[in-house]
Amino acid sequence: MGSTMTEQILARHAGRDSVRAGETIWIDVDILMTHDVCGPGTIGVFKEHFGDAARVWDRHKVVLIPDHYIFTADEHANRNVRTLREFAAEQDLPYFYDVGTERYKGVCHIALPEEGHTRPGEVLLGTDSHTCTAGAFGEFATGIGNTEAGFVMGTGKLWVKVPETMRFEFEGELPPYLMAKDLILAVIGDIGTEGATYRAMEFVGEGISGLTIEDRMTLCNMVIEAGGKNGVVQPDEVTFDYVRRRTAKSGTKADFEPVYDTADGGYVHVSSYDMSRLEPMVARPHSPDNKSCVSEVAGTRLDRAYIGSCTGGKVSDFQAAARILAGREVRIDTFIVPATTEVAAALDTERLNGQTLREVFEGAGCRVGQASCAACLGGPIDTFGRLNEPLACISATNRNFPGRMGHKDAGVYLASPLTVAASALTGHITDPRDMLG
Amino acid sequence: MDKLIQGRAYVLGDKVDTDQIIPANYLVYDPSKPEERKLFGRYALCGVPPEGAGLPDGGVPFVEEGAESSEYRIVVGGRNFGCGSSREHAPLALAEAGITVVVAESYARIFYRNSVNGGYLVPAECAERLVEQVRTGDELRVDLAAGTLENLTRGTTHKLLPLGAVVGILEAGDIFKYAGSVGMLG
Ligand code: SF4
Repeated sequence: MGSTMTEQILARHAGRDSVRAGETIWIDVDILMTHDVCGPGTIGVFKEHFGDAARVWDRHKVVLIPDHYIFTADEHANRNVRTLREFAAEQDLPYFYDVGTERYKGVCHIALPEEGHTRPGEVLLGTDSHTCTAGAFGEFATGIGNTEAGFVMGTGKLWVKVPETMRFEFEGELPPYLMAKDLILAVIGDIGTEGATYRAMEFVGEGISGLTIEDRMTLCNMVIEAGGKNGVVQPDEVTFDYVRRRTAKSGTKADFEPVYDTADGGYVHVSSYDMSRLEPMVARPHSPDNKSCVSEVAGTRLDRAYIGSCTGGKVSDFQAAARILAGREVRIDTFIVPATTEVAAALDTERLNGQTLREVFEGAGCRVGQASCAACLGGPIDTFGRLNEPLACISATNRNFPGRMGHKDAGVYLASPLTVAASALTGHITDPRDMLG
Repeated sequence: MDKLIQGRAYVLGDKVDTDQIIPANYLVYDPSKPEERKLFGRYALCGVPPEGAGLPDGGVPFVEEGAESSEYRIVVGGRNFGCGSSREHAPLALAEAGITVVVAESYARIFYRNSVNGGYLVPAECAERLVEQVRTGDELRVDLAAGTLENLTRGTTHKLLPLGAVVGILEAGDIFKYAGSVGMLG
């Protein structure tokens, strides 16, 4: 009997030939990532238990990415970035992407692959629930807490329970009005916010092979919204090409050993989707599994539109939005937040009909912010795009629990960048097919 | 870990996510600084919408205005308790407010791990839907050794599910004490 990708990766990192779902094992970690929100707590735990003079287990494996509360006057938030800075200096960490320097990146889950820290077959842990994004590269990636991260910092190890695998097969080709966001909202709506608790979600099929690496990241990014431990996509030439280019550019570790699913059965769940028959989706307030087809809620009045975050703030997300916004004007406040500085730079170099993406957005009346998490998780009161009033907002982000983007009584609709852009033009929920012509 | 916990219940519904347990604007405080750590207790559960705060009536503050901890000792929740972000500030906030045990129908994975590995509280599970059987303010006694929850106000007893693979860590106190006890930390 073979093994799932997740089982193979975990077995290799436990020094075993094979492991089975349900076993509790200790694994070696390849990369530990932390950011400004959980970094200070993690560092505190590390020092408390390993001593003030302790060194991290491997300075090339600890990556610090400030991204959450960056452009704010909040003194505690700024103090937290200083804590990371001091720790990076003290430990001589090569991978610290400091605010206010040329190295500053923005949202950690997009920065990690861009800077060559994601590789097939590896284990990546991060103090952020959307660390699962990196499963798009065929690795085991999951979110952990500060105490666990403090433990990993000192030992390079952590206990995990080997998850069962749920398999989602996608056939057909992605139509021009759909994005990976629609696919994952459909899946979460079908299985619910705890449908994948303690489980791995594996995405397979020719539909997945046809997706860009950024679309695969969007899929894996939201597995946590179904409670999933990790998401995983089988690596292929698309993956290898991306990883080779990025590790070469950054001079990070270039060798990796991919794994492929050999289980051939034994999954706890299998379902299949025909991409050509899916509809644009939204998740209504206040839960990511509160699914509707856009056509069912079209016309719902909105106050604001938001395109950004690790889910919807990548280059391809903005290219898609620009296809709809070009030469038109938004009717409601529309915020554009690139995930990273690299994405922000692409807004000035990527063009549509001769205009840069930034020109398209500014011409349409959108406000373009700086690379960071911004209002995706509310944050300090002066955060760009934060919902400080009980507004109705359509957003390309990943969570719409009460208060997530700021105000407890605000209603957030999650949708693809195409649907958000189409809705921004009308001020109510709008099917992107109506605007794509 | 305390095996016998007695006190008043604070009842919540399903999908109480980490933004409700501790809203993101308070995450700027550093839990490794004692004076800031205390603040998490003050703001615990302040993001729960009023209709869901203290069931069945709602509108019951978990922590009184200006107080640093709660008068409730046991949180009773529904399904998928603690879903959302990986913030360890969530179980920490409940612990700082004085909670040592939560009894829910099911948990989100990271909240569960954080509760156990950080030694903040015991995430106990009950197969029954307690949310409709316990009222906020009821006097409860949780006996982890016997695996029971007694409702002293109503005179009912409910069975808890076994703690399973994490019992070693819960008994040791946290992941560091556990790893030390099995000789992993040298
Ligand atoms: S963009 Fe949003 S979801 Fe992504 S890491 Fe930042 S706060 Fe979390």
